[in-house]
Amino acid sequence: MSEQEVKNLEEIFEQKIARDEKIEPKDWMPEKYRKTHIRQMSQHAHSEIIGMLPEGNWITRAPSLRRKVALLAKVQDEAGHGLYLYSACETLGISREELYEQLHTGKAKYSSIFNYPTVTWADMGAIGWLVDGAAIINQVPLCSTSFGPYARAMVRVCKEESFHQRQGYEIMLTLCRGSEEQKQMAQDALNRWWWPSLMMLGPTDDASTHTEQSMKWKLKRKTNDELRQQFIDQTIPQADILGLTIPDKDLKWNEETGHYDFGEINWDEFWQVVKGHGPCNKERLQTRVDAWENGAWVRDAAMAYSEKKAAKKVQKAS
Amino acid sequence: MQKDILIKYILGIADNSLILGQRLGELTGHGPTLEVDIAMTNISLDLFGQVRSYFQYTAQLSEEDKTEDDFAFLRKEREYINVLLVEQPNRDFGYTIARQFLFDHFHFLFLNELQNSKDKTLVAIAKKSLKEVSYHRRFSSDWIKRLGDGTEESKRKIQIAINDLWRFTEELFHQTNADVEAIKEGIGIDTDKIKAKYLENVSEVLAEAMLEKPDLKFFQEGGKKGIHSEHMGYLLNDMQYMQRTYPGMKW
Amino acid sequence: MSDNKKNWPLWEVFVRSKNGLEHRHFGSLHAADEEMALENARDVYTRRSEGVSIWVVQSKNITASNPEENGEMFEPAADKVYRHPTFYDLPDEVKHM
Ligand SMILES: [Fe+2]
Ligand SMILES: [Fe+2]
Ligand SMILES: [Fe+2]
Repeated sequence: MSEQEVKNLEEIFEQKIARDEKIEPKDWMPEKYRKTHIRQMSQHAHSEIIGMLPEGNWITRAPSLRRKVALLAKVQDEAGHGLYLYSACETLGISREELYEQLHTGKAKYSSIFNYPTVTWADMGAIGWLVDGAAIINQVPLCSTSFGPYARAMVRVCKEESFHQRQGYEIMLTLCRGSEEQKQMAQDALNRWWWPSLMMLGPTDDASTHTEQSMKWKLKRKTNDELRQQFIDQTIPQADILGLTIPDKDLKWNEETGHYDFGEINWDEFWQVVKGHGPCNKERLQTRVDAWENGAWVRDAAMAYSEKKAAKKVQKAS
Repeated sequence: MQKDILIKYILGIADNSLILGQRLGELTGHGPTLEVDIAMTNISLDLFGQVRSYFQYTAQLSEEDKTEDDFAFLRKEREYINVLLVEQPNRDFGYTIARQFLFDHFHFLFLNELQNSKDKTLVAIAKKSLKEVSYHRRFSSDWIKRLGDGTEESKRKIQIAINDLWRFTEELFHQTNADVEAIKEGIGIDTDKIKAKYLENVSEVLAEAMLEKPDLKFFQEGGKKGIHSEHMGYLLNDMQYMQRTYPGMKW
Repeated sequence: MSDNKKNWPLWEVFVRSKNGLEHRHFGSLHAADEEMALENARDVYTRRSEGVSIWVVQSKNITASNPEENGEMFEPAADKVYRHPTFYDLPDEVKHM
């Protein structure tokens, strides 16, 4: 294809997206679109499955049967989300195994919030409330993103997410209505998860690359800072109902802007964790690698069995 | 029938689901593929669902003011009366599947009979659980075949797991005093009656999986009397951690 | 694409939400054989009672039309307006038609 032809195709392509038409896997697409989508969708998928681990850490210790089944179902949903998103990636011609390879070798990124440890039961509340809350803010706009398989996966994900945040908030509510010790446990969890949750919405707009392109392709509908503001504005009244204090002394309602002003985020910490030096980066990755490696003989056995069975079928037929 | 005996009888059923569900819960996030991970969590959720039905019933039967969670979390190790089989650890996927397989076949036949109990609540629980357990049995039996007739390595691993766990199968059919009482009343089911069928069903799958049925003369028992393997204390440590650390709180 | 043949192949999952409705494409998954594909589909895609019937088919067995041929494939149908009832002019007095 000549340069001019590619340019024409690109123009038609961009117009299609501008008209809110979806792009499907077999449609022509610029290489950059394919690559960006594989990167973003796989990062998202990795985040879902790494995200199973901090909460998975409390399944065996959940304090009641009701909490235990809710947590199990929640963590299981995240596995499903990972699966939907890996599948969406696979429509672009990359296999799940290749994506795992990227994760396991540290080439791929995932949401750095999951590199923090879950040290008390209240962390299950804080994660559901704040982390799933921030995730929902990130994800809802993606339900109308331009790439069809991604948009469809996100519709399913968002539908399932709705119980996650309620589940977490209910845990917090119960703690805050409980004993003094329980309330302190809730406050402590909020203190530890608040800032990482704000970081989850991504670097500030001036520090963030590819925003303009992402907006055009509807991989983003609002900027990181807008999403962060939305998250803060909607979360503070929820904290008030709990009777908890947001650990930010600069937090204050701004009559003029109609939003909360908030304090400086520690971006050094953010970049440190992103680069692999958070409290649990090593453990999280190792856990995934172990699961994959320990499962190799199981996956091989299933394939060998299915090949034998297929061979037997052929034999019978002939 | 005396209520405390009926409660004891129900605990004998419920504890199996509780402890096995707990074991499976350890694996969420660690499965060999995402699909299998999700499937095993489903089994765990089914089992915990059953546990809740049983314990809500025992809570209702109990003279004291007890909840389902009191039964699940606040007994001492000697008071749990699950069979030894279900508390065995997840050494590898082969052990997990073998444990599941050996229990599912029993569980299925047991619930099938329990549908004829004179106790209406138990009948209702059995009917609902039977559908779940039919699926569990299918899932674990299919995996036994895949591993048994898969690769050399998988065959070796699953055979070892079956051999190791076989010694706990006899206990599935043991009857405690409460069991005997409940059977007399037409509430409990006579496990002697399902033993032959169990061995037949299990053998059939093992044969299809090209695996050998272990030929054992010595079996282990104790769980039903509250004498557990050394693994049990650690399992309970985890399970009861919150209840023990923060007594008397609501979560 | 990786050609390590040990990897579980990809399957497409179609679910009928309730009787009377058609099977609809729900997504995909990996499985070693068809039984496992069905079981996985049940465990992954119908956890919230989304279905009463499942079809699975290995993705490689699906033949898809090529979007680059969409012009010749689908556009010729666009001007065949006489296939639609609104093409025919009838007086308003004619009822039930
Ligand atoms: Fe998530
Ligand atoms: Fe999720
Ligand atoms: Fe979630």
